[in-house]
Amino acid sequence: MRADRKRKGASPLLALPALTLFGFFALLPMIGVVVLSFTYYDGISAPRSAGLANWSRFLHDTTTHHAIWLTLKIMALSWLAQTPIALLLGVFISGRQRYRSVLAAVYFIPLLFSAAAIAITWKNLLDPNFGLMSNLTHRLHMGWFPSDWLGSPRLALYTMVFLISWQFIPFHMLIYQAGARQIPLSIYEAAEIDGAGRVRQFLNITLPLLKNTIVTSSMLMIVGSITYFDLIFIVTGGGPGYATRILPLDMYINGFQGSDMGYASAISVVLVAAALSFSMFLIRVTGFGRFRSAHEGA
Amino acid sequence: MVRRLLHLNSLGALAGFVWFAIVAFPVYWMVITSFRHQAGFLIQDPVVPSKPTVGQYHRVIKVGFLSYLRNSSVVTFSVVLLVLVFSLMAAYAIVRGEGWITSGTFRLFLLGLAIPLQAAIIPIFFIVSKMQLYDTLWALIFPTAAFSIPLSVLILVNFLRDVPAELFEAMKIDGASEWRMLWRLATPLSRPALLTVGIFAALGAWNGFLLPLVLTQSTSTRVLPFALYDFQTQFGINIPAVLAAVVLTTLPVFALYLIGRRQLLSGMTAGFSR
Repeated sequence: MRADRKRKGASPLLALPALTLFGFFALLPMIGVVVLSFTYYDGISAPRSAGLANWSRFLHDTTTHHAIWLTLKIMALSWLAQTPIALLLGVFISGRQRYRSVLAAVYFIPLLFSAAAIAITWKNLLDPNFGLMSNLTHRLHMGWFPSDWLGSPRLALYTMVFLISWQFIPFHMLIYQAGARQIPLSIYEAAEIDGAGRVRQFLNITLPLLKNTIVTSSMLMIVGSITYFDLIFIVTGGGPGYATRILPLDMYINGFQGSDMGYASAISVVLVAAALSFSMFLIRVTGFGRFRSAHEGA
Repeated sequence: MVRRLLHLNSLGALAGFVWFAIVAFPVYWMVITSFRHQAGFLIQDPVVPSKPTVGQYHRVIKVGFLSYLRNSSVVTFSVVLLVLVFSLMAAYAIVRGEGWITSGTFRLFLLGLAIPLQAAIIPIFFIVSKMQLYDTLWALIFPTAAFSIPLSVLILVNFLRDVPAELFEAMKIDGASEWRMLWRLATPLSRPALLTVGIFAALGAWNGFLLPLVLTQSTSTRVLPFALYDFQTQFGINIPAVLAAVVLTTLPVFALYLIGRRQLLSGMTAGFSR
């Protein structure tokens, strides 16, 4: 009691409830997942020690290796698809013109849907027999136009990249809008006096000043793409065949459909390691720690 | 006129209208289709609305939608309450506290930002089963709240740091306890940040799919995103009914968007833009 009075600050005990909940359901699982990766665990009976069996399987399982490759591919493709569109449109809707704010209000609509809702809508829209796409191409006599967007192993991954973009571009657009609005108008006015055109202004002012925003957005995209699950799980379930079975799906299918949670834990450890090291790497390389000041200042 | 058109950022405007179509068209299709009869659905023109019916909405409500709505509301409300109270207390302790315990706590929360739920799902399943919480709403509430806490604490800490220390000191001199300062000063002052955090936590709870998929199984604990997934198999090729369910689950968030667009969007990008 007396020590408490002497101390100037507030009691750290106030952080205890948050820390307990967070520790129990987020930190403890991080230890748990490592432990479980050395066991056989079917989800019902108690885990039994497995030694290195799961890890040696991880080194040899070609399905998992394919899943890692797909994860990297989807990471690259979804970054390439989302960044230019989100950047351009984010800057576009940072303008205060009335028609732009009306457009922006529509752009953000995908943010209102859950991943499950988006997945189900698009799954039906793209259905090769009953969907809108097949109906339209049939009506317009566009037989040459691909209709099996989800059933073809060649197209399915690209379709998923499109759906991921549809879901997440609005979010990144918002980040870019906020970033672009913090650039002082006087810079543009000065450039205009110097005779710089719109394209030049974009390349020489907007782009460099949005560097921190680009980093933030890219980081969220890359770390997020390691863990895409809901959308792909509902739309394709990882198929057709293994065409969209990225690492989180491989984990889920092994663990919860194949009742091999020991092996699925090993995959989870890799997922955590990847998420953490990507975050660390990006913080190190880009000085993400400075992002707060970049947001507060100009 | 020509000059004015040239003055428009023409490339941007073109891209803007293309993206408008990409976003608006599926949403339009979803809404008009949800008002169709199943019979004749396949041969009707998919783009022009036909004579509307609310039959599909009746059907969705008849198969338990309202009880899933109640479950989702209970989960969302509990998560928001837990996250707001716990995160504010923690943020207050971090901002007003001193010493290695508070700074260590803060660092732990920052580390938590990088933990993906997907990678923790198996041990969470294990813990929830051990605690006999499997197939209860608590199994959804606790992990959802736990994963919302790090970002919430970060936002509130950043916000409370801007409150002048003199305000707290003045209250302290008047003999106020820590609790009193927390509820009477920190809480009202951080109302905008609390709103952002609340919306962020609510959306996470309302839209979450993986936890219900893994941690619940009976209809009595079913929440909306999982119900959508289930409707799909239940209704089969009755696409209008499936889409009516999608529209119904999105309606509350859409209403929120109409009422407080700015607040909703700030909750969505919580911590990453202003």
